[in-house]
Amino acid sequence: MMALALRRLLTAVPTLLLLVTLCFFLMRLAPGGPFDGERSLPPAIETALAAEYHLDEPLPRQYLRYLGGLLRGDLGPSFQYQEFRVRQLLADGLPVSLSLGLWAMVLALLLGGGIGIVAALRPGRALDHGLMSLSLLGISVPSYVVGPLLVLLFAVGLRWLPAGGWQPGRYSDMLLPVLALALPQIAAIARLLRGSLIDTLRQPYIRTARAKGLPETVVVLRHALRPALLPVLSYLGPATAGLITGSVVVEQVFSLPGIGRYFVQGALNRDYTLVLGVVAFYGAMIVLLNFLVDLLYGLLDPRLRQR
Amino acid sequence: MSALRRHPVIVIAGGLLAVLVLLILLGPLLSPYAVDSIDFDADWAQAPGLAGQHWFGTDSLGRDVFVRSLEGGRVSLLVGLAATAVSVLIGVAWGAVAGYFGGRLDELLMRAVDILYALPFLFLVILLMVLFGRQFWLVFVAIGAINWLDMARIVRGETLALREREFVQAARVSGLGDAAILLRQILPNLLGTVVVCATLTVPQVILTESFLSFLGLGVQEPATSWGALVSEGAREMERTPWALLFPAGLLALTLLCLNLLGDALRDQIEGRGR
Repeated sequence: MMALALRRLLTAVPTLLLLVTLCFFLMRLAPGGPFDGERSLPPAIETALAAEYHLDEPLPRQYLRYLGGLLRGDLGPSFQYQEFRVRQLLADGLPVSLSLGLWAMVLALLLGGGIGIVAALRPGRALDHGLMSLSLLGISVPSYVVGPLLVLLFAVGLRWLPAGGWQPGRYSDMLLPVLALALPQIAAIARLLRGSLIDTLRQPYIRTARAKGLPETVVVLRHALRPALLPVLSYLGPATAGLITGSVVVEQVFSLPGIGRYFVQGALNRDYTLVLGVVAFYGAMIVLLNFLVDLLYGLLDPRLRQR
Repeated sequence: MSALRRHPVIVIAGGLLAVLVLLILLGPLLSPYAVDSIDFDADWAQAPGLAGQHWFGTDSLGRDVFVRSLEGGRVSLLVGLAATAVSVLIGVAWGAVAGYFGGRLDELLMRAVDILYALPFLFLVILLMVLFGRQFWLVFVAIGAINWLDMARIVRGETLALREREFVQAARVSGLGDAAILLRQILPNLLGTVVVCATLTVPQVILTESFLSFLGLGVQEPATSWGALVSEGAREMERTPWALLFPAGLLALTLLCLNLLGDALRDQIEGRGR
C-alpha cells in the first residue's frame, strides 16, 4: 500500500510541475504584456512597473521566483485588481465555488447512483430504456444550456426561485446552480453504474448468493454494489474536472461570486497572474483528487496492491 | 424497412442528423436575411411565427433568429469536424505507434497520455485563447489537441491485438517494413474503431467550442456559433426567450443524435467482435 501511494505521488508531483511550467512559459511567450493599454505609458513608468513586478529579470529567474512563491502558497500579485494578491482573490471566491461543487457532487453521486441501480435491476425493460434515454439527453445538454433554461422556467416563468445572486446560507439561491452543474454528472454516473452493475450481476458469485436464498436487496446492495462502484470511483477524477469547468459557466450564468467568475474576468482582461493562479489551483485540486482516488482504489481492490 | 427494424437507433438518429445538417447547410438560403443584418421593417424582439418572414422570430436587436441559429450551427459543425480531424490524426498516430512497437516506447507514450489525462485541459485552451488572441484556426487545433487521449488509448489496445494476427505476421515474414505494415495492414483494420470513436468525439468537441464561445472566448462577432447564441439568448431571455430556446434546442438535438449514433455504432462493432 505504501509503495502504491509513493508511486502515485511520484507521478502527481511532476504532473503539477508540468502544468505550472507549461502555463508560465506560455504566458511569457505570448505577444503583448499585461500593461499594454489604449494609451502607451511613458518609458520611465513602464520600467518602474516592470521592476515592481520583476518583469525585468531574466526569464529563468522569474520562473524560479514564481515556483518559490507557489511553494509558500503565494500566487503573485493580480495585474488587474492591483491592490490584491491572487491568493486573496481565490480565497474570496473559494467558499462559493466549494459549496457549489460539493453539493453538486453529492447530488450527482446520490441521484446518479440511484438511477443507475434502478436501471440495472431490469435491463432492457421500459424503465431502463426511459432512464437511459433521459441520461443520454443529460449528457448531451451542457450546463450552460441547462442553466439558462432552468432560469427561464423557474425564475422567469414560474417565479419560484431567484434567477441569480448568492447569499450565504440561503438555500433557494443554491438550488438552480447546483442542479445545472450536477445534471451532466448525474447522467454520466447513472450510465456508468448501470453498465458495471449489470456486468457484476452476471457474475457466478451473485448466482451463488441468490441460490443461498439471500433477499434481492442484500444481493444487490451488499454483494454486487461494492465491486460495481469501482468504475464510478475512478470516474470521480474526471467528474471533478467536469464540475470545476462547469462551475466556471454556472457561476457566470447565475452571477455567483466564485473563483470561476474571477477566472473569466481575468481571461477577458488578460490578467495573466490571475488566470495562471486559477489554473494552478484547480490543477492542483484535480491532481490531488486523482491521487486520492488512486489510493482509495488500492484500498477497495486488493489486486491492485500487489502490482 | 428491414434496416430500420434491425438498427432503429442508427437509422433514426442518423436520419435526424442528416436532416439537421441539410437544414444547417441549405436553410439560410431559404431566408432573405443575413446573419448580422437588422430588419428595420420588422419589430425588434418579434415573436416566432410562420405567418411572417421571421420563422423563429427576431432577437432583441432585430436580427433573424432562424438564420442566426443555422449559421451558428454551421460554425459549430465546422469546428466539430475540423477539431475531430485533428484529434483523429494525433490519436491514431500516437496509439498505433505505441501499440505496434510496444516495449519501452509504448510505456513512454502511454505514460505521457496518463499524465496529460490528469491535466485540466480546458483551462489550458482558455489560457491559449487569452494569450494568442482568438484566431479561428487556433480554436480548431487547441480543441482537437485536447481530445485525442481517448482515441490514442483505444487505438493502442486495438493495435496490440491486431499485431498478433496471422495476416500481420504473414506480411512481416514476407519482408514488409514496419511503416508499410502499419499503414497498409493495421490502419485499414482500425477504421471501424476510429469511426466510432470519432463519432463520439464530435459532440465533445462541439461542447468544448460552445463552452468557449459562451464565455466570449471562442468565435467572435460578427461570426457566431451555438455557444455564442446561447450566451446572447440567456442575456435577453426575459424579452426574447425564443432567441435562447432555438439555438439551445438545435445544439441539444445535434449532440443527442451524435451520442446516440456513436453509442449504437459502438454496440454494433463490439457485438460483432464477441
